[in-house]
Amino acid sequence: MGVATAAAERARLGRPSRRLLLALLAGGAALLWVVFRGTGTLPHDEGSPVFSALNELRAWIDANRATNPVLVLLIDVVRGAIDLLVTTISDLLHAIGWPGVTLGMGALAYALAGRRIALIVLAGFLAFGVLGLWEESIDTLALTLASVVLSLLVGFPLGILAGRSDRFHAAILPVLDVMQIMPTFAYLAPLVLFFLIGPASAAIATAIYAIPTTIRITALGIRGVPETTIEAARSLGATPFQVLRRVQIPMARRTLVLAINQTMMMALAMVVITALISAPGLGASIITALQKVNVGSAFQAGLAIVIMAIVLDRLTAGAADRAEREDRSGRTRDEAARRRIVIGVLAVGLIAVLLSLLSGIGDDWPKALRFSFVKPVNDLSDWVKTSFYDLTTGLKDLVTYGLINPLQAVLVSAPVWLVIGTVAGLALLASSARAAVVAGSALLAVALLGLWEHAMITLASTLIAAAITLGAGLLLGIAAARSDRYAAAQRPFLDAAQTMPAFVYLLPALALFGPTRFTAIVAAFIYAAPSVIRLVEDGLRGVPAGVVEAATSSGTTPRQLLWKVQLPMSRASLLLAANQGIVLVLAMVVVGGLVGGGGLGYDVVAGFSQRTEFGKGLAAGIAIVLLGVMLDRVTQAAGARRDELHAAHGA
Amino acid sequence: MVERAGAIDVHGLWKIFGPEERRLSAPPVDEPSAAFRARTGSTIAVRDLSFSIARGEVFVVMGLSGSGKSTLVRCLTRLIEPTFGELRLDGEDVRAMDERRLRELRRRTVSMVFQHFGLLPHRRVIENVAFGLEIRGEPKGERLRRAEEMLDLVGLSHVAASYPDQLSGGMQQRVGLARALAVDPEVMLFDEPFSALDPLIRRDMQAEVKRLHREQGRTMVFITHDLAEALKLGDRILVMREGAAVQLGTPAEIVGAPADDYVADFVRDVPRSHVLTLRWVMRPLAPGEPAGDGPAFSAETVIRDALPAAAASEAPLRVFEGGVVVGLVERGRILGLIAGAGEPAAGASESV
Repeated sequence: MGVATAAAERARLGRPSRRLLLALLAGGAALLWVVFRGTGTLPHDEGSPVFSALNELRAWIDANRATNPVLVLLIDVVRGAIDLLVTTISDLLHAIGWPGVTLGMGALAYALAGRRIALIVLAGFLAFGVLGLWEESIDTLALTLASVVLSLLVGFPLGILAGRSDRFHAAILPVLDVMQIMPTFAYLAPLVLFFLIGPASAAIATAIYAIPTTIRITALGIRGVPETTIEAARSLGATPFQVLRRVQIPMARRTLVLAINQTMMMALAMVVITALISAPGLGASIITALQKVNVGSAFQAGLAIVIMAIVLDRLTAGAADRAEREDRSGRTRDEAARRRIVIGVLAVGLIAVLLSLLSGIGDDWPKALRFSFVKPVNDLSDWVKTSFYDLTTGLKDLVTYGLINPLQAVLVSAPVWLVIGTVAGLALLASSARAAVVAGSALLAVALLGLWEHAMITLASTLIAAAITLGAGLLLGIAAARSDRYAAAQRPFLDAAQTMPAFVYLLPALALFGPTRFTAIVAAFIYAAPSVIRLVEDGLRGVPAGVVEAATSSGTTPRQLLWKVQLPMSRASLLLAANQGIVLVLAMVVVGGLVGGGGLGYDVVAGFSQRTEFGKGLAAGIAIVLLGVMLDRVTQAAGARRDELHAAHGA
Repeated sequence: MVERAGAIDVHGLWKIFGPEERRLSAPPVDEPSAAFRARTGSTIAVRDLSFSIARGEVFVVMGLSGSGKSTLVRCLTRLIEPTFGELRLDGEDVRAMDERRLRELRRRTVSMVFQHFGLLPHRRVIENVAFGLEIRGEPKGERLRRAEEMLDLVGLSHVAASYPDQLSGGMQQRVGLARALAVDPEVMLFDEPFSALDPLIRRDMQAEVKRLHREQGRTMVFITHDLAEALKLGDRILVMREGAAVQLGTPAEIVGAPADDYVADFVRDVPRSHVLTLRWVMRPLAPGEPAGDGPAFSAETVIRDALPAAAASEAPLRVFEGGVVVGLVERGRILGLIAGAGEPAAGASESV
């Protein structure tokens, strides 16, 4: 009691003084910048010893690939096995051919998820052919499926372990946190270093991206099984394995199917990005189109990706719903009749697959049945660009000259020690001394990598994109929390935005603004805003109805209610929204390197395409991770609360 | 020891939760529980309990939440591992059992009914009842036949093919009961089985348990926080507070001679005439004193049941034991007891 009041007292007294300290920090940093600007900077140096060291590392690995036992193991065994998995699935799907795959998937969808979803799946696969992207779509599908298999093989056992052992759960959570804030761009290069380019690297990169989700949701499902039920099974003498087999897994079935669903969505998003390390499929089509700034052709491939995302999402989500219905109410009485129909449909599907396979029709989708969006979209894009030239260019110039350039100039011309000191100070005030040390060290490491100037360019874009995203996200989230009707109208857009692979976001931005840094900022906004809006809305809606009622009954205006009750009470969610928003924005700003974003993202892309740039690209990947760690730590006050929020949701 | 009639023997049982559990080599006999918690941060959930439960007895453990009663019942089959003490079932040392033997014990000898049922939502009622038999590997036909019998016994044959969440709470607990009965255990443990049920349903279920005990005579350990339930079901009652035993005795002993203010406070509102027997209010017959011709009752008659006769007769009631009159009960003593004035004669309460 005494301790609690003392702490509360300190917090109450501490708040204004912290605000004062923040003002002092800002003022001091500004003053120091005016005095010391232009000194102690680190201009970009193409000949950084780090780059050449990394290039030499690659040369050494290339030279010893055939002899070093560790490398031989990695290449021959791991790479070989995964290559085999991917090519088997891919070859099979290509050999069956489009009629068999389409009908077979439709039949499977009917059996797993019912008639409505079977129709969606049929339509989706037909669309791949109509768009003239059958072959690419199958490549992407095969790589996605192989990556999902890989993710589940590793993720399910680890997730089950984390569900059953508190100690393992506590040990693995921080690892998953780090894996999830790592921008996808960053770990492609190291994988290529060991596994070379090709399907194996792509599948491994995808699995690394998706596995944290698999593990988290699996563990959540296992942990969601009520303690009493487990205890009842133990009291009847069940062995630990019997408890797992007969109680935990069946009772977590719905959540486990959901884990497959989420793993698949994550995998698809990443598979598209692995086109950067020469994985075949729709991602490759998009990258080619992006590099030629052919908006129409990128749109065509982007549309196919969106359709695939919808097909895979509905299929697995439908299967999860069915699992839940069966768990809840049991099988219906006409189960036997339905089973006969399902068997019939599956038989028809199988026959279609066999006929299609034997006919050798393959990927040969009839030319007459194709439709291309390339020209209309390019025309539309040109029309928009010319008609709204003043508007789009005005907006772009306003942000570029009014915000990006000045901030970039400040960051680049500031002494390194000033930037590091200011960031550490911010982390200290916003989070903790430990966060300050980590954030400061991360920046110092960026400087040592020889990428300071590029990192500052990326940081400038990230900060501006984050400010826009958080501001707009906050407004839209508040609007959604206060109006059910608006929330219902907005929800489908958020759902769609969150199931779409990251590359797709670049398209509308590119169509409107061409390849510039501003394009990356717009893409980052589209990418990160849905999460921010959701978290803000959830936080505001999570304020207990009783408290809102009490405030209303004492006569608060809606405005007072918002500022004095709802916003303060949802502080944890708002901080989490800021943290998530910034991390997501960084990931997308970096991808913007593909469309003229510059900075570290461009270094990474260049590293994949030019051998001489490899060292710089690898270093840039590491620098991106370090930037991510720095931004996460500075906003860590939310990170600490994330656990509380998880705990509250879990209870 | 093996020949003793006690189905369950507990001696000096302790359970400590927290990091201190591993560090201790002997129970902290001299340290009060509150001081122990303040010093170590660990909690004494069960403190130095000793008792014997006879074969066929209904043994009730009563206490408020946090008194350690649920921990105690879980210690009996080591669902929770005890920290110190002896634990014997039909003479066999439970604490010395290895995993395999312990599982055998849980599969065949002791079964448990839980407050929140612990049913499997993805299985039909009959498969839930057969779950214990499935776990120990009985063939499917045999276990379903046995499960049907059990459903019949608890009156649920008509919902055998339903799923648990289609049943009311009371029916779900009958399924839990049938599941525990299906393995034909010698001992049944009940952990507040009826606390989550409506009062009327609770009364039905209590009657059900009494009936099953009457018909089958299994040893039962019953955990509750409800005094009325404890008095109704228990042959003997162990009252717990902060992990320790406060009193162990028959319902009449608990109500008639509370061991301390805590128990007295607990039983204050219990109508004593409903619990105490004539033995508690009778005046022993002095040698040579004439017994008179008042109505005759056994010494074990509950006072309430003798009230109509006492009201109708001017002569004191004659109390028999072993075919001999051992005492007399004047109407005034009964009225005094009902009015709450004057303590009844002290009954011998087992010291704990």
